[in-house]
Order: sequence, then structure tokens, then C-alpha cells
Amino acid sequence: MNDMTRVERTVDSKDIKINAKQVQVYYGDTHAIKDVDVEIEDNTVTAFIGPSGCGKSTFLRCLNRMNDTIDICRVQGDILLDGEDIYDKRVDPVQLRAKVGMVFQKPNPFPKSIYDNVAYGPRIHGLAKNKAELDEIVEKSLRRGAIWDEVKDRLDAPGTGLSGGQQQRLCIARAVATEPEVLLMDEPCSALDPIATAQVEELIDELRSRYSVVIVTHSMQQAARVSQKTAFFHLGNLVEFGETGQIFTNPEDPRTESYITGRIG
Amino acid sequence: MTDASMQSPETRRHAVSLTASDARTKKRAAAEKRFRAYGIIAIATGLFFLIVLFTSILSQGIPAFQRTVVSVEFTLSADQRDEAEGTMFKTKAYSNLFIAELNEQLAESGITVDFDQDAIERLLGKIGGTIRTFYADNPGKLGEPIMFDLAASSRVDGYFKGRVSRDTLQDSRFLQLSDLDLVDALKEAGIIKQAFNWPFITGADSGVDNPGGAGIGASVVGSFFMMLVVLCLSLPIGVAASIYLEEFAPQNKFTDLIEVNISNLAAVPSIVFGILGLAVFIQFMHLPQSAPLVGGLVLTLMTLPTIIISTRASLKAVPPSIRDAALGVGASKMQAVFHHVLPLAAPGILTGTIIGLAQALGETAPLLLIGMVGFVARGYPDGFLAGFTEPNSAMPAQIYTWAARADVGFYEKAWGGIIILLMFLLTMNIIAIILRRRFERRW
Repeated sequence: MNDMTRVERTVDSKDIKINAKQVQVYYGDTHAIKDVDVEIEDNTVTAFIGPSGCGKSTFLRCLNRMNDTIDICRVQGDILLDGEDIYDKRVDPVQLRAKVGMVFQKPNPFPKSIYDNVAYGPRIHGLAKNKAELDEIVEKSLRRGAIWDEVKDRLDAPGTGLSGGQQQRLCIARAVATEPEVLLMDEPCSALDPIATAQVEELIDELRSRYSVVIVTHSMQQAARVSQKTAFFHLGNLVEFGETGQIFTNPEDPRTESYITGRIG
Repeated sequence: MTDASMQSPETRRHAVSLTASDARTKKRAAAEKRFRAYGIIAIATGLFFLIVLFTSILSQGIPAFQRTVVSVEFTLSADQRDEAEGTMFKTKAYSNLFIAELNEQLAESGITVDFDQDAIERLLGKIGGTIRTFYADNPGKLGEPIMFDLAASSRVDGYFKGRVSRDTLQDSRFLQLSDLDLVDALKEAGIIKQAFNWPFITGADSGVDNPGGAGIGASVVGSFFMMLVVLCLSLPIGVAASIYLEEFAPQNKFTDLIEVNISNLAAVPSIVFGILGLAVFIQFMHLPQSAPLVGGLVLTLMTLPTIIISTRASLKAVPPSIRDAALGVGASKMQAVFHHVLPLAAPGILTGTIIGLAQALGETAPLLLIGMVGFVARGYPDGFLAGFTEPNSAMPAQIYTWAARADVGFYEKAWGGIIILLMFLLTMNIIAIILRRRFERRW
């Protein structure tokens, strides 16, 4: 139905990282996500926008099977990561989540030192053979999280003692430490002030060079600033998916236009 | 904006100054004041009862930590021993030697008093036997001056503590009025005096007619072994059950049923666990009666719900974002729980466990049914393993036994036992607080 537009827009030469086809999500009897088809490209920031309760976060959490932790949640349809079905019975969600990292709405560093926060992922996945390698991974990740300069002198300090924006960048550093291929961000800036938000947005743009980034946001300005592709969700449907510029300037669907201009949502 | 909307009807209505309070405000202020007063009264009442409780426990129990001893330096030569052993009534010979020594010491202080062997035995028990046994066990001590610290009988002890007086004393086989003259004389000579009652703390229970010799030590050991059983069983079982129920179990009718039953178990009267223990552990499994092992098993059943409930509460209190964070970097569910959730819940779990243990420590009713109450523990268990299986008593059971005995001397012991029990409970609670402070982390 509304996919016609998408088909025309994905003429880019970039690889498809995640291909979701006919995804349905149910919470008990509630049909939360209906027939969603999305292709998420590599080295691209894809933004999911839409009013509260439209299912964008739910869909995001399907991409690394975080919904598995909710008993009543069922997912149908295919979500392919590099052509492999992530809901295949043989897939261990633990391995999947190492490949598809996640940053949450509220900064949630572990109540441990900054170093241990970042080192936790590599440790449990056995990415470092010795302390020196681990140190290297921690430094590299903190640099990618654009927080190295602020914390390099106090790696032993608790991660919870940082400011909100620093905590969120620490969480991003923690997520990239496991060398993921896709980075999911669930409203990463909603708990941050404008300056911290600007820093995180800048960081997201840098991360694009290495990862495929999917970001859920309430702020349309943010989607316009950071993303190349935008998907608009409404009442569990994917209404429109396409180039960010086109969605914001020349939406095809009247619902998208209403939302962007502030008439619904 | 809010101010404007709130002010405008106000000014329209009265146009009064803010400093003058209207009837409604006054009423609200009065209600608040009343409520505070109720709160203060409630706390004051609680404090009052606490003070009454503590003063009565302390005033009644502290005398139990004092005992009356007769200290006599006594020398027995080998010849004297042989002579005494040669007589027909051997212990009487020893008694006579002791009495002679006592008389001599009294004379040194310039006091003369008339007393016979019966009187001294009413004061100190079978003194001849005591001395004979001592030298039979320590033949090397012959000829050396030995300081004998002999516990005075319960009545004499009572005379010192004001429980027995000349006006109320009736001649009996325990103590006669004339004996008090001897006691006074000994006191004047400094031979009989009050001392700290170490045997009360280290000793075992005595027979029903010897309150002076009763000690709580053996039952402290009994309680210790029970608590060891309770800790080793209820902590791992309780924590494992709570982690499974809270973190892994699916939410369905079955787990709901388990949950309801755990809450119900926490409210089951402890005597029910006692009868269960009697039926299952003793009659069915044939475990030894009155053994701390069985007591510990019964108390484990009683403590488990408490530990499970408090552990689940502290697991629930760990913010879900921590679990998300761990799962998000690819930790397995078990890694998330053991690396992140459990350390954060540990202070709560430890506190709950210690509170549960403290509860179990003070529990008497279930012990009644498995034979730990009324059992007179005459001594300490031989060895660590025997501590679990040999019949013993427990602190609250011992206190109950003493309180039920006829001799008033035991009454004081019961109060003294309560002080010891409360000291243990207080220590455990302090440990709980320290552990919680120590492990508490912010997030």
C-alpha cells in the first residue's frame, strides 16, 4: 500500500543491513505493529518518528530481540540481518545483541567504574586476550563515544557520577565497545539538555561512518538534523519511509504531512 | 498563570490580606497540628513501653550475672588425704577438714560462730564430695594451698540479692534461719562475696533444684548450630527460588499460585512448622529428637518465606534499566542477573536474611514439638558434628524452661537469659545495618 514510495526511494547504492518484511507485533491481544516493511541501510542514520504509542520503540526493540524479555510479546514476519532471519530458532539473542547494540532512552550506566562500564561487553564476549588489549578497546570506544577527553583521568570513577549527557555518551561508548554492526538508539536525547543533545547528535553523525544507526526520536527537528532516511509510524503502521529531506519537505501521505506540520500527534 | 487564576476569585470573594487566615485555612492548620500531636503521642507511647520493657528486663535480669561465692584457701596434705580415705564416711572426713579450715579462718578474723556439717552443706552443697573429687582428679595439687571458689546455694544467693530475708525465711531443708548467722559471719570475714557469674554464661543447665548452677552456655551452642543449619539451607534455597521466580519464571497461573502460597507460608503460625517437623523429620525420617539439626530444619522452613519475600522485593527494586543495559550489550539473562542485578540487590537480601535469622533465633514454639524445650542439656556436645545431632536446647527454649520451673532462683535466670538473647539479636541487627551501609550503591 504505502510501500510504493519506499520502492522508488531506495535506489541508493548502499547495502541493505536489516530487511524487515511484513513484521507484526502483538502484546497479548493488542496488535501493536502491523505489516511493517523497512530496509535499513548500512552507514546510514535511519530515524523513526511518530506520535507516542505509535510502535516505533516497539519496532526498534524487535531489531535486537529485546522484546524477548516481555512475556506477552509475540513477533511475526521476517527480520533479516545480512540476509539471516534473526528470529530463527537457532539464533541466540545474546549473539545477536552483540552485533546489534542498543542505547536506551534514559542513560543507564552500570553502577561501576567508567572503565568497567565499557569493558563489560568485551569481557563477556571475550574480545580481549589480555589487559592491554582491553585497555585499548576501552580507550577506542570512549574516543568513539566522544567522551575520552573528559574521563581519561578518572576511569576508576563511577559511571553514575557523570552528568546526564556524559552518561549517555558513556552508554554509546559501551554499546560500540562490542564492535556492533548496527546501533539502535531509543530516544537517546530525551533526557538531555540542548547542549548535551547537540554533542550526542554530532556523535551520531560520526558513528554513521562505521555503523548503521537507527534512532527513535520524538523531535522532528532532530530527525531532520541527523538522519538520511526517515520512517513515519502512526498507530502501528509504517505510513511513510523515504529520504529524510523528501519526508519533511514533500511528504506523500496526508498523515505524514499532518504530523510534520503539527496537526496530529 | 496559576497564580492569577487562584488569586482572582480570592480577591473577588473577600479581598483580605494574606496575613489574616480565613476559617478554612485555620481548620486545615488545626487538623495538621492535631495529626502531628497524634504522631508524637504514638511515638511517645512506644518509647514509654520500650523503656518499661528494658528497665524491667535489666532490673530483673542483671542479678543473674552475679553469683555468691565462698572463697576459701584450703590445703590438703597427702597424709590428710590418706587418713580421710581410710575412714568409713570418706566425704564426711573431707567435710570436717574443710569446716575446720573455715573455722580457723573465721577465728583469724576474730569471729566465732557455731555451725555443723548440715549447715555448711545447706550453704555449699555436698562440699566433702566436691573436695574429694578435686583431689582425685588433681593428685598433684596435694599439699599446695588451693583457692576454692564454691558457689553458694540459691537461697544464700537470694539472701544477698534481697530475694530472701530473715523475716520471710522459713526453716526448711534448703536453708534455716540459723544458717544466716553463719552467712553473716562469713560475709564479715570476707569469705563469702558476690562475683561475676561466669558459669551462667559458659555453663550448662542444672537440675530443677539447683538454680545456682544453671548456665545458658550449652543452649547458646545449641542455638548456634541451629542458626548454622538455617543459614546454610535457607539462604541458598531462598535466594535461588527468588531469583528464579523474579527473573526467569514465566508469568502464569502456576507461578501466581506459588507466589500466593509463599506469602501465606510467611503468615503460618510457627507451631505448625513444629508439628510438621515432628511428623516429617522425626517420625518419618527418624532424625534424632531434640537435635539442633532438626530444630534448624524446622526453622529453615519458617525462615524461607521471609527470605524469599525480602529477596524478591530487593530484586524488584533494582531498576529494569540495569537489566536492559546488560542485555543490550549482549549479556545472557544469567549474566545480567549475576553480574548486575544481584550485587545491587545484595544489601536487601543480606538484611532480609539476617532479620529472618534473628526471627528464627527467638522462636520457641516449633522447638516445643521437637523436644528441645524442657530438655536439660547437661554439657557441651563433643565435637563439631555432634553439635548437630546430639540433643541440646536452644536459648529461647532454655529461657522458657527456666521460667516454668518452681524455684524462684530460676526466674532470675530466665531474665538473665533474655538479656543474653537480646544481646545476640541486637548484634545481628547491627551487623545487618552495617552490611547494608557497606554494600549500598547508588545508581
